[in-house]
Amino acid sequence: MCLGIPGQVKEIYEAGGVRMGIVDFAGITKEVCLAYVPEITIGDYTIVHVGFAITQLDEDSAQESLRLFAEMGVLQEELNATA
Amino acid sequence: MKYLDEFRNPELAQRLFDEIRSVTTRPWAIMEVCGGQTHSIIRNGIDQLLPVEIELIHGPGCPVCVTPLELIDKALAIASRPTVIFCSFGDMLRVPGSTKDLFRVKSEGNDVRIVYSPLDAVKLAQANPTREVVFFGIGFETTAPANALAVHQAKRLGLRNFSMLVSHVLVPPAITAILESPTNRVQAFLAAGHVCSVMGTWEYEPLVERYRVPIVVTGFEPLDVLEGIRRTVLQLERGEAQLENAYTRAVNRAGNLPAQQMLADVFEVTDRGWRGIGVIPNSGWRLRDVYRDFDAETRFAVQNIHTEESALCHSGEVLRGLLKPNQCPAFGKECTPRTPLGATMVSSEGACAAYYQYGRFAQSEDGAVL
Repeated sequence: MCLGIPGQVKEIYEAGGVRMGIVDFAGITKEVCLAYVPEITIGDYTIVHVGFAITQLDEDSAQESLRLFAEMGVLQEELNATA
Repeated sequence: MKYLDEFRNPELAQRLFDEIRSVTTRPWAIMEVCGGQTHSIIRNGIDQLLPVEIELIHGPGCPVCVTPLELIDKALAIASRPTVIFCSFGDMLRVPGSTKDLFRVKSEGNDVRIVYSPLDAVKLAQANPTREVVFFGIGFETTAPANALAVHQAKRLGLRNFSMLVSHVLVPPAITAILESPTNRVQAFLAAGHVCSVMGTWEYEPLVERYRVPIVVTGFEPLDVLEGIRRTVLQLERGEAQLENAYTRAVNRAGNLPAQQMLADVFEVTDRGWRGIGVIPNSGWRLRDVYRDFDAETRFAVQNIHTEESALCHSGEVLRGLLKPNQCPAFGKECTPRTPLGATMVSSEGACAAYYQYGRFAQSEDGAVL
């Protein structure tokens, strides 16, 4: 239920007084409510849950996490190699 | 898919497993709160690849599983009325009530529909002015903003034929209840990432302080779960108790302020019964008085509900982390996803469904999965 899928905002518009948009999930597009991400712009990534964008995905933070994972254990490997 | 595939990278997962192995010296019991995390753990075999010292206890974070039986029975009664179009998320349809489920009600000729978003139910109400459209509004804090906006929108549009059967539950009071329980074994928590996307992380600060328990906000992909476990184990080994955020790409301390504003406008805190667990004080949301006209429980005044749980089902113990699904005598025998005795075998977040789906059928006495 708390499943959230990352997708990229492709269009933003208003429907029935609510901020809506089209979000692309790796080729599949869906209409999504953007009322809770007022700052988001086209091209940004968001996490979508039951048709609602619940947060803007912080791309820098995502890259930083991946970089830290990649570095993990590297120091240990080097120490082992020189031991 | 971008921002999913990268966080499933097997090489990086191996590094995280190695790190966890190198810092673990003693047995630790860690609860992943969210059923989405449980599924990620079982699907990817994370629990089997961790050092034997680390036990993952599956938490109650499955809204479909904890929705009280009485409310399911009310849903069945409301959905059986000829004027009603009853809308729900798909997971809810196979959840057993006392005598039947929503699928049965639908097969009896009633109008039960699966919707993707609560706004779809609002649209149905607009398109069907002569019918009563009722939406089954369940979920944790992640789902609540969507349901809140649907009610808000229905009021704004002046829709008189839309109402919601509300059963919202909250994570922090559930963590408190677990920690206060005399049978508690949980030493640290992986908090539910998307709940915190909405609510922020600040709600967990008093829990960490009061109970001296590490809480690490954690995402759902394998690398996210492993990083959450790694940080939790590091804290436990060092004797620390801190709130950490291991899901920074989707969570910050404050959370989603526009969503919180809408939640405060539409809902107020109330005591709520959790199926298999019992009543937890201040653990849910109900509609505020100004939205009472949209409350399906008031509108339909369903009376004479006599609930009856299956005598064979141990889902309450599973939800409290006292029993692993495959330790239940009915698991995979009387109880399967096609013939579920309890909601934990139905939901895509239920621990029993995860164990069944990924073939965890039996466990030897030393805990090894056979």
